[in-house]
Amino acid sequence: MLKVENVSAGYGGIKVLDRISFSVSEGKIVTLIGSNGVGKTTTLRTISGLLRPTEGRILFCNEDISKAAPHKIVEQGISHVPEGRNVFPRLTVKENLEMGAYIRKDAAGIRKDYQMVMETFPQLAQRQRQTAGTLSGGEQQMLAMGRALMSRPRLLLLDEPSMGLAPLVVLGIFEIIKEVNRQGTTILLVEQNAQVALRTAHRGYVMETGRIILEDSADALLQNDQVRKAYLGE
Amino acid sequence: MFIQQLINGLILGSTYALIALGYTMVYGIIELINFAHGEIYMFGAFVGLILVTVFKVPFILAFLLAMAAGALLGITVEYLAYRPLRQSSRLAALISAIGASIFLSNLALLIMGAQPYTFPSPFDATVYRTSLFVISKVEIIVLASSILLMIALTLFVQRTKVGKAMRATAQDKDTASLMGININRIITITFAIGSALGAAAGVMVGVYFRTVTPTMGLMPGLKGFVAAVIGGIGNIPGAMFGGIALGIAEVMGAAYISSQYRDAVAFALLIIVLLLKPSGLLGRTAQEKV
Ligand SMILES: Nc1ncnc2c1ncn2[C@@H]1O[C@H](COP(=O)(O)OP(=O)(O)O)[C@@H](O)[C@H]1O
Ligand SMILES: [Mg+2]
Repeated sequence: MLKVENVSAGYGGIKVLDRISFSVSEGKIVTLIGSNGVGKTTTLRTISGLLRPTEGRILFCNEDISKAAPHKIVEQGISHVPEGRNVFPRLTVKENLEMGAYIRKDAAGIRKDYQMVMETFPQLAQRQRQTAGTLSGGEQQMLAMGRALMSRPRLLLLDEPSMGLAPLVVLGIFEIIKEVNRQGTTILLVEQNAQVALRTAHRGYVMETGRIILEDSADALLQNDQVRKAYLGE
Repeated sequence: MFIQQLINGLILGSTYALIALGYTMVYGIIELINFAHGEIYMFGAFVGLILVTVFKVPFILAFLLAMAAGALLGITVEYLAYRPLRQSSRLAALISAIGASIFLSNLALLIMGAQPYTFPSPFDATVYRTSLFVISKVEIIVLASSILLMIALTLFVQRTKVGKAMRATAQDKDTASLMGININRIITITFAIGSALGAAAGVMVGVYFRTVTPTMGLMPGLKGFVAAVIGGIGNIPGAMFGGIALGIAEVMGAAYISSQYRDAVAFALLIIVLLLKPSGLLGRTAQEKV
């Protein structure tokens, strides 16, 4: 579904990604793990069009999206939950979710999905009129995910959904990630928390300073000595 | 006497508020002071004047067409003077804004000449008297249309999808684009609306004071900017509040202190507000922004 081919990207003159390649097949959860600063966020920002690749190309459902503007890529069916959630702090919870459905015109479908998000995240249902800036970290993560789902994406990009959250909240969020995937959304999950990411995903890629150094099924990576030493603290 | 001054201040202030909205909306989205805004106000007044005097267009229609023309000019200025500098330093954009302002006022001087034009009043000279104050028909119309435009803007920004997208874009451009919002389109719409309101103010001041000149945008442009800063730049209710507060302060200052200090009152108010609350009366303080 998503094919990243020899992509390089960076900021100004500084190259962060160095010819990385990986792919995400339809219906799967694929995770990209790696320590802080290796280029995971940069990878997602390049896929969603916030950054232009300086070389290589990105194919989504066989279409080259490497030169498309972010709003065009959303229309193609990719939704990105940015690192640190980035909800709109002075819009209400309801307005944030409406922004998630910005590209859609089917009012009835939007209402239905809104109800679905309310059922998936009951904590948000009680806070619909509250501004998003007043939510707790976990609630903001739920809102950012709900907002991304409101566009009915075919591919969901998640950037460190566990960041800054209590272990119990993380568990809840990852249960929901699995459920969203069971409902048919393909997921590319970026995480520093390799343990929980590999337990959730089907496949995994390991990133080190701008390169992908390992790829395998998630189960195999959990057993891999190198991964266990470097990322699982064993 | 006091009530009369209050009403006069409200009328003047409502035109400041309309001008201030253009500054604040643009600043809210791209963090730029659109120095050409005063010229858009002047342009609106001239379009209204020419339509009424040369083309004999009914006033209401001329008013709406002047707003549309102002919107078009605002979009053009953004496209030619600001968009190419979007990735450049703030100083470059600011210089370009000043350049656009000087260019437009000189263009108007070149085409229209330096002499003032009289705006024929489209309204009869009826004056309404109550025990507390006197108000003319044109004053009622200026006040009513300003308030109507401000209500319309508020409903647009609060209730419509595009209005919400404007607020989202002002808060976080990258994330807004991840929602599928076309940021360039939102910036264009913002310039269009802000400029239309500025042009509306130009026409209203034209019929209110009955004169239109190529340099008429200078002082009101500055006052509108001051009003926006007083209210908290980037904040829409702040611009409305700042404009009206400024109008009232100015009229009161002229009535009770000295009419010579009329303009000084505006800047004195600015300095006081900035000393007491640097982010403006309704502005968010920097810490709250996160
Ligand atoms: N906006 C930016 N400007 C310049 N350099 C950046 C920017 N964002 C990230 N970087 C640099 O790019 C590298 C990769 O960052 P990032 O993709 O955020 O890593 P990760 O998400 O894996 O922690 C880091 O060295 C970081 O300092
Ligand atoms: Mg990151």
